[in-house]
Order: sequence, then structure tokens, then C-alpha cells
Amino acid sequence: MNHNQPVYTDNDPQDELVTLNLGPTHPATHGVFQNILQLDGERIVSGVSTIGYIHRAFEKIAEHRPFYQITPLTDRLNYCSSPINNMGWHMTVEKLLNIKIPKRVDYLRIIIMELARISDHIICNTIIAQDTGATTTFLYLFQFREHIYEIYEEVCGARLTTNIGRIGGFERDFNDIAFAKINKFLKEFPVALKEFESLLNRNRIFIDRTAGVACVTPEDALSYSWSGPLLRATGVDYDVRVNEPYCSYDDFDFEVPVGTSGDIYDRYLVRNEEMWQSVSLIEQAMEKIKHEPAGVFHADVPDFYLPAKEEVYNNMEALIYHFKIVMGEIDAPKAEVYHAVEGGNGELGFYLINDGGRTPYRLHFRRPSFINYSMYAKMSEGMLLSDAIINMSSMNIIAGELDA
Amino acid sequence: MAAITNEDLIKLLGDKFGSKITGVNEPYGLLTFETTKDVIIDVLGFLKESAGSGFNFLTDITAVHYPERNHIAVVYHLHNMVDKIRVRIKVFIHEQTPTIPTATVLWNGANWMERETYDFFGVKFEGHPDLRRILNMDELNVHPMLKQYPLEDPNRVDKKDEYFGR
Repeated sequence: MNHNQPVYTDNDPQDELVTLNLGPTHPATHGVFQNILQLDGERIVSGVSTIGYIHRAFEKIAEHRPFYQITPLTDRLNYCSSPINNMGWHMTVEKLLNIKIPKRVDYLRIIIMELARISDHIICNTIIAQDTGATTTFLYLFQFREHIYEIYEEVCGARLTTNIGRIGGFERDFNDIAFAKINKFLKEFPVALKEFESLLNRNRIFIDRTAGVACVTPEDALSYSWSGPLLRATGVDYDVRVNEPYCSYDDFDFEVPVGTSGDIYDRYLVRNEEMWQSVSLIEQAMEKIKHEPAGVFHADVPDFYLPAKEEVYNNMEALIYHFKIVMGEIDAPKAEVYHAVEGGNGELGFYLINDGGRTPYRLHFRRPSFINYSMYAKMSEGMLLSDAIINMSSMNIIAGELDA
Repeated sequence: MAAITNEDLIKLLGDKFGSKITGVNEPYGLLTFETTKDVIIDVLGFLKESAGSGFNFLTDITAVHYPERNHIAVVYHLHNMVDKIRVRIKVFIHEQTPTIPTATVLWNGANWMERETYDFFGVKFEGHPDLRRILNMDELNVHPMLKQYPLEDPNRVDKKDEYFGR
């Protein structure tokens, strides 16, 4: 990448092409992205994307951290749905260690992951609306992200960078307030989402701005390794939750919405329908939890699961395990594992190589935003500048995930 | 047609590429094998076009540095969405001559994945249309994920393993 080097041209404005530096910090891009565009009037002739402005070398840092210290790094990838990243990482380690997770923990995880997916999709869809000029819908639905954060807060104490859960389960059971908040959310959110849809789905201005804009064929989408809602909007029904179920997703009944033309309107509709499916998944999980033994919130793996603090202070074994885990003295098998979860933006993969030491030998994140964004400059060619802005919002590129 | 399995794949690849396919194993059910850089594009192309319903989704390209073996492994993850099967392919290349043909001829998505791998490991993808650094600044003159570059000041002694009995 080229840091802070805006391109200056001494072009006469009367010249055919104008160079526009869109970003690195521009209110319309909702993140740190630079695109140097050549414009012919309002039409983009060519573009060059520059990324890496918030690169933090997580893969290098991860090589020097024991497993439990890597969870906070994953928070900061897609910070709009950090619980999915956290759980994905926990599940990767659990796969490596062959830990069997109780069903109740799986269902609790699904509740949190689907809440995170809703909050991710809320951000994306309301921002599409915002960029087409519909500020009301943005403010109206965005308050539910706040309610989701309150649920996280009740479960783990944090809101944005959650560090939620532990290897083996959760750090504590959901309390009654958390369940009450989830139930309240399940009652109120569908009403608001319905109203959100009624404001936009058949809105003349919104459809004119989004339908038929930035169409992508399934062939192109697959060639660019797109995944998640963007790929599904083109008509490919690939969802990691269905394709290779993790975390007991196969116990649930839900649908994978697909679009037809891959345009911005389809992406919006796919995300909206996914929110409905997520609501249904949370409802099903809440129902299923009632049939599971109460109070189970982690697997019985003392070698890897951090014991409760009161245990550590009063119990010899717990103290020993605590010490061994914190000092990274646990033995993990020498193996390599790839685990993928369906993140807010697509297939979020963790490729972990362990050589038996206290830290990973190599950890690679397959970050959907990074891979999806590689098509952006190519897509923008021939597009109107104002369409390119909505296109970027509809791709939901999260700078943290883009740059790792 | 029944979905293709790991055994079918091993047989198909063995018939087609013979001794070029080595180190076959299945950690956690994911078929993994090694091949050489002269046939890697043929192997990827064969998997994409002909193996079962086709491994038409390039999940990921990355690399791993093994300094004690003087090698860098370039790792490809492919996915066959119809048969719901993944495959991992490794190519070991010498760290002094880290070159390998580009996969951009098969997938456009390989473009940025290879740029990232080049940026962090210095692997030169021959034939890549635009092989530049992507996340690090252009002025950087090292490839930071190589194991010889420490994360922290190597003169620090308070984090040395021997002080913790490791």
C-alpha cells in the first residue's frame, strides 16, 4: 500500500478525465479505504483500491500468544459481529483438541452468534438506506443494535470487543436478566424490522437507487471467492451453517435466502431475510434450552477451561489448572486444522497449525471482507460515483476484517 | 452421481499425477496432500474442472515458513460446494527461491490472496498481473511473517521460555 499519498494531477478540469481521491477517510466510505478513481463526468472509468490502513499484524501477534489470549485479537477483525469471531476461534481450538461441547452450550452460542449476525446486518442494511438518503430508517433500526449490545453486556460485560466465551464454553451462565433481555428483543425487534421493511422494500426511490445496480453473476462471484450474503444474492445457496454444520446448527430448521441478480437490492433483501431467519433461530434455541439440563455452560475440560475465580482461591486443583492454562503449559496435539463459520460477511475461516508449543505455529484468518473487497475496483468501472458509494455500503466491508 | 469422497479423490489424483502427489493424509477429515510447483496449476485446474462436481471455490491461499527445513509451504484450500468436500494442497518451495506459478489464471479471487502471501512471505507468484504489497507499506524491505523476524525486541529476557521452565 501507499501511505497517505494522494494523487495530484495538474489536469485542466476541462480535460476528459478527473482524478478523485475517495478516502482514506471520507464520510461516505464508512471506514478507512482509499480508492483513487478516474472519473469521466460522474462515471468511473477506472479505480485503484489501497488497503492496509489499520493493519495490526494479528497473524504475527498470534504466533506469540497462547490460545486463550488470541480471542481478544479475533474481536477486532469484524468488530460489528465480534462474538461470531470469538466463537469461531473457540470452535477451532475445540476441534483441534477434540473437545465435545454440551448441547446447551451450543444453543447458547447460537443465540449469541445469531444476535451478532442481526447486529451486523442491521449496520449494513441501515447504512445502505442512509446512503440512499433514508436517514429515518437508519436511526430507527439502529437502536436495536444497542439492545443487542446490552445483551452482550449482560453475558460477558463488554459491548463492542466482547471477548465472549472461553475455550470449552462460556465464562458464566446467562443470568435471568440476560434471558429477559433476549425475550424482550425477540418481542420488539420483529415489529421494528417489519416497519423497516415497509419503509424500504417497495419504496420507489430506494428501488430506483438499488435495483439493477452493481449486478454480479454467480460465475464472477465464485471466481472472486465471494461468500456470505453477497454470494447468496447472486443465487448461489452456499451457507457454511448448512454446508458443513458446526455448533449443532443441524438441529435447527431455517432457510437460506438467495437472490437472483446479485444487485444491491437483492443483497439488501437477502440480509433482511437472514435477520428473520436469525430471529427464528434464536426463538428455536430458547425453546431447546428448556429441554437441556439447566446450569450447564461449559464442557468439562479442566485442562483448557479457565476455572472460576472463587475456585482458584479455595481449591488446589483449580489453582493448578489456572496456573497451567495462564502460563500456557497445556499440551495440545501437533496438528493442523481449518474451521470455518458463517460470519456476518461470509465464510470466516481459521487455519491453525500447532506444533505442540504454547502458541500456534501459524494462524491464518480467512477474512471474508478482504476477499470480497478485491472485486470492488473492477466492479466500479463504468458505474456512477453515487452508485459506487452504495455498492460499497452494500458489501459491508469492515475495515478491521479487511486489514487484520 | 454419488458425492465424491476423499478415497475417490486420492485415486483420481494418483491416476492423473502419479508420484507428483505425496504426503497424503486426512487431519480432521480434511484431505491434505503435497505436490510440486511445476504441476500445481495443473493439479488446481484438474480439481476445478474434473474432480467430481468440481472444486470451483478457492477458499484461501496462504503460506507457512519452516526455517529449519529452509522451506516455505504455500497452502491452498479448495472447496467443492456441491459434494461438500474440502481439500488442502501444499507446495513446498525453497526459501531462497520462493517462486510459484500464479493461480490467477484459474480464479480472479487469487489475485489479492497471492498479493497478501507475497507481502508477508515474499513468495513470488510468476505471471501475477499486479504483484505488489497489499497490507504493509511499500517502503518496508522485509517480509514480516517469515520466522526470522521477531515480534518483540529479541534482547528482552523477561519473556524467555527458559525462565518459566519451558
